[in-house]
Amino acid sequence: MADNNNVENNQVEETPVGQEEVAQVAERYYEDEKKIKRKKALRMAGLYALITFFALFIIIPFYWMIITGLKTTAQVETSPPLLWINPAEWQFSNFSAALERAPFIRYTLNTVTVAVVATTGTVFTTILSAFAFARLNFKGRDALFMVFVATMMIPGEIFVITNFITVANFGWLSEQTWLDALMAQTAPFMTSVFYIFFLRQAFKTVPDELYYAAKVDGKSDWQFLWRIMVPVGMPTIITITILNAMNTWNAYIWPNLISMKQEFKLVSNGLRDAFSTSAGRPIYNEQMAAAMIVTIPLIIVFLLLKKYIMRGVSRSGIKG
Amino acid sequence: MLEDQHNVKAWFYLAPALVLLGIFIFYPIINAVFLTFVQDYNYLLGTHEGFTLLDNFKEAMQDQNFSQAFLNTLFITFVSVPISVIVALLISAWLNGIKKLQGMFQTIFFLPYVTNAIAVGMAFAFLFNRDFGLINLFLGFFGVNPINWVNTGASWTQAMFALVIYITWLGLAFKVMVFLSGLQGIDKQYYEAARVDSASRSRIFRRITVPLLSPMIMYITVTSFIGAFKAYTQVIGMFGQRLGPPGNDKSLITVVALVYEGIDNAASPGALSEAAATSIILFGVTLVFTLINFQVSKTRVHY
Repeated sequence: MADNNNVENNQVEETPVGQEEVAQVAERYYEDEKKIKRKKALRMAGLYALITFFALFIIIPFYWMIITGLKTTAQVETSPPLLWINPAEWQFSNFSAALERAPFIRYTLNTVTVAVVATTGTVFTTILSAFAFARLNFKGRDALFMVFVATMMIPGEIFVITNFITVANFGWLSEQTWLDALMAQTAPFMTSVFYIFFLRQAFKTVPDELYYAAKVDGKSDWQFLWRIMVPVGMPTIITITILNAMNTWNAYIWPNLISMKQEFKLVSNGLRDAFSTSAGRPIYNEQMAAAMIVTIPLIIVFLLLKKYIMRGVSRSGIKG
Repeated sequence: MLEDQHNVKAWFYLAPALVLLGIFIFYPIINAVFLTFVQDYNYLLGTHEGFTLLDNFKEAMQDQNFSQAFLNTLFITFVSVPISVIVALLISAWLNGIKKLQGMFQTIFFLPYVTNAIAVGMAFAFLFNRDFGLINLFLGFFGVNPINWVNTGASWTQAMFALVIYITWLGLAFKVMVFLSGLQGIDKQYYEAARVDSASRSRIFRRITVPLLSPMIMYITVTSFIGAFKAYTQVIGMFGQRLGPPGNDKSLITVVALVYEGIDNAASPGALSEAAATSIILFGVTLVFTLINFQVSKTRVHY
């Protein structure tokens, strides 16, 4: 808007006119400016109203989950539903009831273990491969990279069928021990073509001069990778770590397929199974309390680390 | 720029990833093709009874739920993708137009990305509950009688409506983020030039914002199509393993659900081949739509 005004201003100055006319034009100009300001304020109000409307659309499911998780059964089964419950009446025993329905502590420990192992493996293999693609010159590099990238186009269901057979052949399914389950959960997810692609981009920003300087100093490639490349690529590595851990937290299908015993399942499986029994009426408040137990930790992690998560996603577009 | 050849060393760095990708990605691709063309495959023994060209595809298509699954998957894709892309585009354009509270709104719009699809699916099911849900309360303000969205005996139309709303909600976050970062990267000069020419806002949006953002719109459309064809976890989240409202089981089954049904029945001979055939059909359909998208982009996308 400021530029618009300047243009008009110049015109006013350039026209040779008498005093009175100048005053008139100036007055008209101020009127216009007021109008423009009013219009702008109105537009901004409309903009905020629209954004708020859609923000509510995003927030309401969370709100409904939380408020339902704090209601008593009588309050849940009131029609029309109660929109707000006095904090003094919040029924926190829903959480302990939910924890009794399924061993969520156990599932959480399983999930955290799987997340730590799978993410450590993924980050390690990703760093090594991204370094090779970004820095080392070798025969067939570009062709191999194309093959890697091409696999991103193929739906994961095609892999899952054979991976199921493979983990069965490795003996990780029959008479499953805790270690077997851990291997079956993590081994197929110890590397990721997408993360290699993503980290390679970050590694490519490291100038060649640094590499040659390190060579002159007698540093090996291995030392260069861990002392220079990894610190430079750290923001990207952190993003990869968080996204991968979050994917594990949300994983449902694969862990459901390969956990042969109830006690090896992950949180998503536990949550769905605990409230899937068709017998009897569903207990909504406990169900929502359990949903909160699974959702809230993730949101806390997100709010603490949102800088890394949002940057990673908006730059590249990763969907697990 | 890299004059040294590092053949041996490079393969050493690549080895861990290559071994894992070989076992869990490259080999499965080949094996999926193999499974599709063998008869009565038994995964425990690794045996099969000869080869076949089309039998497994026939088996897959003759599955009693195949056409329903295919219809549902296409419906979900063609309804949720256009809606969520357009809504995300609008939200990101609006967000880009404000300064105050932009960070807070950005955080809110990102929330669905970091949530557990099962947990929030259960919350959505309760939002749509006939007697105790918010949606019917809201509709009631406009005089609409309570609708049975997800409870016992809900029809396909009603349950599918609720499901598509949920899938759209879940997909918005990622799209808004990508579009917003694209918008923030557009050179302000274009807008200033348009303003000097006193172009209207909707004209600026159509003639400047959308064309400059078109590579990103293209990217998002392609990835959303691929993602929507794989819809399954969302159905489990809202409806559980029964894949539909009580009394209308499997009415919301998807193609990917068929693949997992096959794996669940792995022990029965031929079940995995049928699953492989289904997954290859899914891949074929995805590929066709991706190619169509690319073809359209050739004429419409401005790089």
